[in-house]
Amino acid sequence: MATVQFEAVSKTYPGGVRAVEGVELLVEDGEFVVLVGPSGCGKSTTLRMVAGLEEITGGTLRIGGRVVNEVPGRDRDVAMVFQNYALYPHLSVRQNMAFPLERRREHGGLLARLTSGSAAREEDARIAAEVERAAQVLGITALLERKPSALSGGQRQRVAVGRALVRRPAVFLFDEPLSNLDAKLRVEMRAELKALHQRLGATMLYVTHDQEEAMTLGDRLVVMDGGAVQQCASPREVYERPSNRFVAGFVGTPSMNFLEGKMEGGRLQVPGAQPLELGGRHRERGGGLVLGVRPDALRRAQGAEEAMLHARVALVEDLGDRCDIRLEVEGDQELVARRPASELESWEALEAGTVVPLTFDREEAHLFEPGPHGVRCG
Amino acid sequence: MRTRGSQLVVLALLALGAVLMLFPLWWMLVVSLETPANAGAATVEVGALSLFPAEPQWRNWVDAMRAVGTVEWEGFLDALANSILVTFLTVTATVLSCSLVGYALARTRFRGRATLFGIMLATMMLPPQVTMIPMFLVFRELGWVDTILPLVVPALFGNAFFVFMFRQFMAQVPEALVEAARLDGCGHLGVWWRVMLPLCRPVVAITAVFTFIFVWNDFLGPLIYLHSEDKATLAIALNSFRNQYGGLEDVQYLMALSLVTMIPCILLFLVAQRQFIEGLGKGAVKG
Repeated sequence: MATVQFEAVSKTYPGGVRAVEGVELLVEDGEFVVLVGPSGCGKSTTLRMVAGLEEITGGTLRIGGRVVNEVPGRDRDVAMVFQNYALYPHLSVRQNMAFPLERRREHGGLLARLTSGSAAREEDARIAAEVERAAQVLGITALLERKPSALSGGQRQRVAVGRALVRRPAVFLFDEPLSNLDAKLRVEMRAELKALHQRLGATMLYVTHDQEEAMTLGDRLVVMDGGAVQQCASPREVYERPSNRFVAGFVGTPSMNFLEGKMEGGRLQVPGAQPLELGGRHRERGGGLVLGVRPDALRRAQGAEEAMLHARVALVEDLGDRCDIRLEVEGDQELVARRPASELESWEALEAGTVVPLTFDREEAHLFEPGPHGVRCG
Repeated sequence: MRTRGSQLVVLALLALGAVLMLFPLWWMLVVSLETPANAGAATVEVGALSLFPAEPQWRNWVDAMRAVGTVEWEGFLDALANSILVTFLTVTATVLSCSLVGYALARTRFRGRATLFGIMLATMMLPPQVTMIPMFLVFRELGWVDTILPLVVPALFGNAFFVFMFRQFMAQVPEALVEAARLDGCGHLGVWWRVMLPLCRPVVAITAVFTFIFVWNDFLGPLIYLHSEDKATLAIALNSFRNQYGGLEDVQYLMALSLVTMIPCILLFLVAQRQFIEGLGKGAVKG
């Protein structure tokens, strides 16, 4: 196991396109860190730089304290699980899993193998034992003689993990490994991966665009956008105290509601809402500010005095165990409220266009500077 | 949806085509098994040809093989061994060199790659007759005349058509497979040998079969470069045999030896038929 340290790591493609910019990150030994963000945010490029599949054009990358910028991927002691599994179709599961160990043995020297028959046989036995052990851990022993084409998606994914596992690498890299699986299998495999990490205690770097996957798997999340790290923290902290408006909007389903307002006399004036009294350091400021409220924090006010804003009901969506209510406030700003299924009937009883009073707890409100990446200020 | 009538028409046309293609083979087979008198008559007049000889003369085949060259059996066995050696080496060299160049053009990035690929494709427009004399002069300077080297060594430098096929096929292999192999410890040669070549089996088959047929039947190359009788290939031996037994009274021997020469090609096609057709299909779709 090893640490992975990014020191101002950047990637600029020929032609000047900057895919990753100044990433600073320390992945601790045995930690499960998830890189998450929308398509094109630079998360996969970052992972591929760790694997040695992309050249690092700026900064320093260390694995286990050793600078690896110029070290080929095969010599970095990392193993990667690819999105489309990347199993060798002409080899059986057993041969697929043994492949990296066989190559490592070849690097040990052909001559040494030929001159020492007993050592070669021992090595063969060791490789076979490693493959059996990994197959047992992943529950794929019965599949060892099959070809990848005869496996289901979930089985292929297990084999891909197995191929990484047999190497006992310092760092495991996962590039959206569950995105080709159906929803049910994805949840199962997620739990298996989590259990595997707990069992191995290995350093793992995992890339996904699925924030639910990220929240459930990671010890820490690294939220990326535009090639830069937006926030690096525990899933709980990312959810409860997003560092900027992008993170707040990306993490959580449905997305956080944002209402653009203006500071006047220490109060935040949002169209269609009661002025929101902001204490402390906001008292003196003016200009624009963005109010953020998570959908599950938004509820119907019991009386006029409790109402913090008014909105028109646009649509009520029944999701079984809960319901989403889509609302519109003055200035064409849209809101979503997520309520328990027990409230469904009362919401459905309202006609579209009905104005309802809404409220939320002051502690659950987030404040951001204006702009898509406006930083958190309260 | 095709109607039954149109299917019958298609079948009839295909059957007619098959008969036309198979007629010369059948004619050769029948003549090779006839007595000298009947064989001569069948050569002059097709009507004299029976569907199958009443008394097949199987000895014609043995006698024909024995009669090749100046020493009994030796001429034929030498020619057979030479053909096998030249064909084996050329097929192996062609498959290895073309797939390696195809890999380089499909999977490695280097300055001038597209230009080199274009130049290589342009060589397909060059008729082999144009390079024949310069190549002969080069090989003569190297002292390679009357050796198999001029027939084998050029195969180590690839063939534009097969390189193109390999390149197109390899370009379709998912990049993740190559990356996985690199992380698993393969260099470029390892990726080519352990991942790409096994995946390119249909293209390997088509390259091997085409090259085999071309080299096995090649007459001009061995005629130019191989002069000694003990170095002759089957094609040269067959030509010498024709000069010796080309008359009407000996035509059954000539047909028998021609069929013996063809057997490996027919067997190879039958064995590799599935791969061969798959390879042609893939070449057509992906090329």
